[in-house]
Amino acid sequence: MSSIMVSRVKQKQIAQLISSGKRLDGRGLTDYREVQLEDGVIERAEGSARVRLGKTEVMVGIKIEVGEPFPDVPNEGVLTVNAELVPLASPTFEPGPPDENSIELARVVDRGIRESKAVALEKLCVEPGKKVFIVFVDIYVLNHDGNLIDASAIASLAALLNTKMFKYEVKEGEVKIKPGYTSLPVRNYPMAVTFAKISDKLVVDPWLEEEQVMDARLTVTVEKDGKVCAVQKGGYGYFTMQQVLEAAKIAREKAEELRKLVVKG
Amino acid sequence: MLQETPRKLIDESGIRLDGRGLNELRPIKIEVGVLSNADGSAYIEQGKSKILAAVYGPKEVHPKHLALPDRALLRCRYHMAPFSVEERKSPAPSRREMELSKVIREALEPSVFVEYYPRTSIDLFMEVLQADGGTRCSGITVASLALADAGIPMRDLVAACAAGKVEGRLALDLTDLEDKGGEADVPLAWMPNLNAVTLLQMDGMLTMEEFEHVVNLALQGCKQIYQLQKETLKAKYVTVKEAVEE
Repeated sequence: MSSIMVSRVKQKQIAQLISSGKRLDGRGLTDYREVQLEDGVIERAEGSARVRLGKTEVMVGIKIEVGEPFPDVPNEGVLTVNAELVPLASPTFEPGPPDENSIELARVVDRGIRESKAVALEKLCVEPGKKVFIVFVDIYVLNHDGNLIDASAIASLAALLNTKMFKYEVKEGEVKIKPGYTSLPVRNYPMAVTFAKISDKLVVDPWLEEEQVMDARLTVTVEKDGKVCAVQKGGYGYFTMQQVLEAAKIAREKAEELRKLVVKG
Repeated sequence: MLQETPRKLIDESGIRLDGRGLNELRPIKIEVGVLSNADGSAYIEQGKSKILAAVYGPKEVHPKHLALPDRALLRCRYHMAPFSVEERKSPAPSRREMELSKVIREALEPSVFVEYYPRTSIDLFMEVLQADGGTRCSGITVASLALADAGIPMRDLVAACAAGKVEGRLALDLTDLEDKGGEADVPLAWMPNLNAVTLLQMDGMLTMEEFEHVVNLALQGCKQIYQLQKETLKAKYVTVKEAVEE
């Protein structure tokens, strides 16, 4: 993926402001951009959500199908997360099979949902070893203005919470759909919090130009009881041990804030 | 070869299945300069994990449009042999391998003076011949040595090691069984000279306190591995020096 050009003057300005504790868009170092969330935006999907994080925009659709379980967990449904960096979202996205950036995005979001056991997969078994429900989480990036991971994680969780499962009965080994819906069993709420390291400082929720300036990126996903359930470092720079532990602490507070936006009541 | 799944991975006195204590690394054997065609190469055995790494470059970039005007292009490929795991793995690169290739590249690039070789590429290949947990870490450890063996200027060696939580206890350098049966796994790569964490991932669930402990445990592992890396390089260059003097 080629990168967006940010002029040297602006790069310097971003870095200098951050070293004095300010940001070009007026946010504090640990402030998120405004989060706007709509759910149920695609009627054909079992669940869906559209998230705007500043100018970054991500849509997630959930589809549920009947399929075979993995042989090592015959009694559990299957969760798959896929991400598409659609070419209309940025001049740097190109059509074609998923590249390493979209694979990483999907796998980091997947890890948060999977490791926190957010979806009760054991409740999605129809016939042990033979038939289970497969939950497809498809992340569709619509506008790229930085921090795709957090926007996608928020949208994925919101879409899962909004997912309706069709009611069914099993007749002669076949799944028959009955009228009516139940909600998907979701029992945990993982929230990804991403940091960029710029001028040796940690900033939360980097937008695109900050991502071009950053040395490295760190995502910490925190579940509802404040436990860490996924971590991913990215980018060509590094973090010190102190920065890693500081990030984990900030992530816990920020995850709590974000969760209030997604999980109501 | 099927592994039997035992009921308990750690016994009451904190001894693991392979006889190790909780803070102990698996036995490690490292060699450098093992492949004659490559500009640099190294091999590691960490417990039952066996990984071979080779470096080609700096050399001309193909295809040419990928060349960077201000630095070398570092390319990494982490790949598992079809026979390296219990059930045959398709040789086509999986999503996991693509992600690991990316994070390994990002773990090693901070150590390399890529700006010394503009418009060139440094190609790094890691082949996992046998996998038994912790292969991304062993891969980084061995790849860093292959880069050094190729004579590429580096800020420091990168040492990597994982730690995690198994049956409620925090343990260093998990095997495949411990990783799968355990509650969390945290791979970490470290450059001692800069106190730099260049790779950090986690899956599983840990409280903040446990996370801090596990990260520090992995760091202790990295320190030991770093010593081994240095000894291996020194040993190789003593033999080279002797050969030259003869």
